Amino acid sequence: MNAPVPHQTLVTPEKPKALASGQFKVTARGVDVYYGDKQAIKSLSIDIPDRSVSAFIGPSGCGKSTFLRCINRMNDTIPTCRVTGLIDVDKHDIYDPKIDVVQLRAKVGMVFQKPNPFPKSIYENVAYGPRIHGLAAGKTELDTIVEQSLRKAGLWEEAKDRLAQPGTGLSGGQQQRLCIARAIAVNPEVILMDEPCSALDPIATARIEELIDELRQNYCIVIVTHSMQQAARVSQLTAFFHLGTLVEYGDTDEMFTAPQEKRTQDYITGRFG
Amino acid sequence: MTEVRNDLVAKRYAAERRFRFYGATALALTALFLAILLTDTVIKGIPAFHETSVELDVKVDPAEVDPNNPVGGNYDKMIKEAFRAEFPAVEGRTNQRALTALLSSGGADALRGMVVADPSIIGKTVTVPVLLSADADMFLKGMLTSQTVAPGTAALHIARLDGEEGFVLTGDKTGEEAEKELGLAPRDVVRFKGGALRVTGVENGYLKAVPVLATDPAVTTVGPGQWDIVSFSVPESNRRINDNQALWLDELKQEGRIENSFSWRFFEAGDSREPELAGIRGALVGSLLTVLVAIALALPLGIAAAIYLEEFAPKNKWTDVIEVNINNLAAVPSIIFGLLGLAVFLNFFGLPRSAPLVGGLVLALLVLPTIIIASRAALKAVPPSITEAALGVGASKQQAVFQHVLPLALPGIMTGTILGLARAFGETAPLLMIGMVAFIADIPSGFTSAATVLPVQVFLWSDLPELAFRSKTAAAIIVLLVVLFALNAAAIYLRKRFERRW
Repeated sequence: MNAPVPHQTLVTPEKPKALASGQFKVTARGVDVYYGDKQAIKSLSIDIPDRSVSAFIGPSGCGKSTFLRCINRMNDTIPTCRVTGLIDVDKHDIYDPKIDVVQLRAKVGMVFQKPNPFPKSIYENVAYGPRIHGLAAGKTELDTIVEQSLRKAGLWEEAKDRLAQPGTGLSGGQQQRLCIARAIAVNPEVILMDEPCSALDPIATARIEELIDELRQNYCIVIVTHSMQQAARVSQLTAFFHLGTLVEYGDTDEMFTAPQEKRTQDYITGRFG
Repeated sequence: MTEVRNDLVAKRYAAERRFRFYGATALALTALFLAILLTDTVIKGIPAFHETSVELDVKVDPAEVDPNNPVGGNYDKMIKEAFRAEFPAVEGRTNQRALTALLSSGGADALRGMVVADPSIIGKTVTVPVLLSADADMFLKGMLTSQTVAPGTAALHIARLDGEEGFVLTGDKTGEEAEKELGLAPRDVVRFKGGALRVTGVENGYLKAVPVLATDPAVTTVGPGQWDIVSFSVPESNRRINDNQALWLDELKQEGRIENSFSWRFFEAGDSREPELAGIRGALVGSLLTVLVAIALALPLGIAAAIYLEEFAPKNKWTDVIEVNINNLAAVPSIIFGLLGLAVFLNFFGLPRSAPLVGGLVLALLVLPTIIIASRAALKAVPPSITEAALGVGASKQQAVFQHVLPLALPGIMTGTILGLARAFGETAPLLMIGMVAFIADIPSGFTSAATVLPVQVFLWSDLPELAFRSKTAAAIIVLLVVLFALNAAAIYLRKRFERRW
């Protein structure tokens, strides 16, 4: 199962423009995911390029979040979950027993649906990751990492005077940006976002989307969203999931204007889902 | 719009009112029972927090004390002599014994303490408080009998009967008329200067009386206002203080020699067969040591077991079996744990009997399931998003649990633990099985010395016939309740103080 699979472009017949140019950060081949007896993802293969935003869309229960959580092996925490197939990050099989899952998660950060800051100070929230990974040699270095992360997450101006206050005291949108800062602080290469704006109001959502667009310059971002407008706004590539299979994956513009599959079209036009 | 069914609405309102009424009734009943219990205990227990002593001028006899060994002096003899000197009229062995019986057998302790502290007072006369016996103490607190004193209004004539021991009392009249005129009833004590008589009743037309205190034969007539009628609600045969002892105590009281002070002794002394000397220090220290052993064992074991079961153990048949059995253990009657302690710790491992060590081991087993269940509930209450967040930034499972989940669960764990400890603190039955029910007068000095605990002390005292122990029992219950309330208050405080909201 772990035998190397030749990398190939999946979406045929034409290679999407974004895929053609980029270096692939995450590749998956023949991934099956089971929860107990139930199969959640069927034989999924995908190539996700670096320094771009890929959006996963699809109706509830289609497996998009499940696949997202496979990329940093978050599904390991669910006892009944079983993953087969090959998922590579930077051409390393992440389900290889020799891979240290903690290192993987440092490299593949995650932002969750509901803002979940630690009930600690804002500073501690951001500093926790660098501290356990030994990324900072001293207090000043840690301070720098915290400041840079908060700046990248666009929270520095609002939070710099209240770093010692609990992160749970921030507003929902600020909390989510704090979570993004926390994820950035450990220097990941891939950031997974599982419906990061579903608990936020439109203004906070707009700020997060702006932020995602800025972060695209440096990270490979995968975002699961229920909002097709959001997918259209922030992503370069869109993948449409349905009933555990990847139906279509390609340039966002093409996907929303001229989908190749009928199911995609039906979903995008609101005929089901 | 559907038609409004007024009958249904009325029915619903009636049902709601009924439910509120039931709730309020249940609450009121509970509050009433609690109030009765507490009031009764406090009323019974308060007297035990005070002790009565008499101020005596005692000459520290150099013949009885060796200045080099002041502890070994015969202080008992000195205070008894000093006390007898207060009542020179008391003659005869029986009466003198009745007199000194008013003093506690530990009455000389204060004097001994003074002499040991300052041997230079040997040979001098000092004023020292001498503890009274429990019976005298109870009498002075009015717990043996109530006593009324009325001044005599008519002239009283006292005639000694020839040939037999007894007196005839007459006023202006004799017999039943005299009884009425003088306001006397059988069992009343007539007290006058130079003696006291107890009325026995009318016999052969004469109002007869027997001596209570030695009477002066010269006194034959006492004028109105110069004598008293002392009557007791409880007859002499039914109380532990005789009429003469009662009168002596009255005399001391009127002289202002009786001193009622807070009984520090109750908190400083161990158990004793003499109620006035008995204290709860031994039981308190025993309880403390026992609970210390219990907490030292149950807390780390319980929390470790809870963390492992909740966070790390695989969910399979075996962990299910373990979980069910932990819940079952919490429901096992506590005396079974005592039997276990007896069989395993005493008989198999040969640990000492009556020791706080064994008591603590047994109580640790008893509260372990409680602590595990409370800790698991507290760990479960921490939202999984916290664990996910920690794992998401690359913390290992163990880091996530110990750095994020455990600190958040700790207030809940502490609350559960304190409530478990409160249960251990109040537990009696299992300790009976391992011999912590013995009479132990010494204050335990270590984990293996013989000891008893507070609830067992309550149990022991409640079994004793002396009336004075009844208030000691109530007082010990008060102390036990105060400790338990304090523990519960600590639990509530911890919960409120460290509770976090998400």
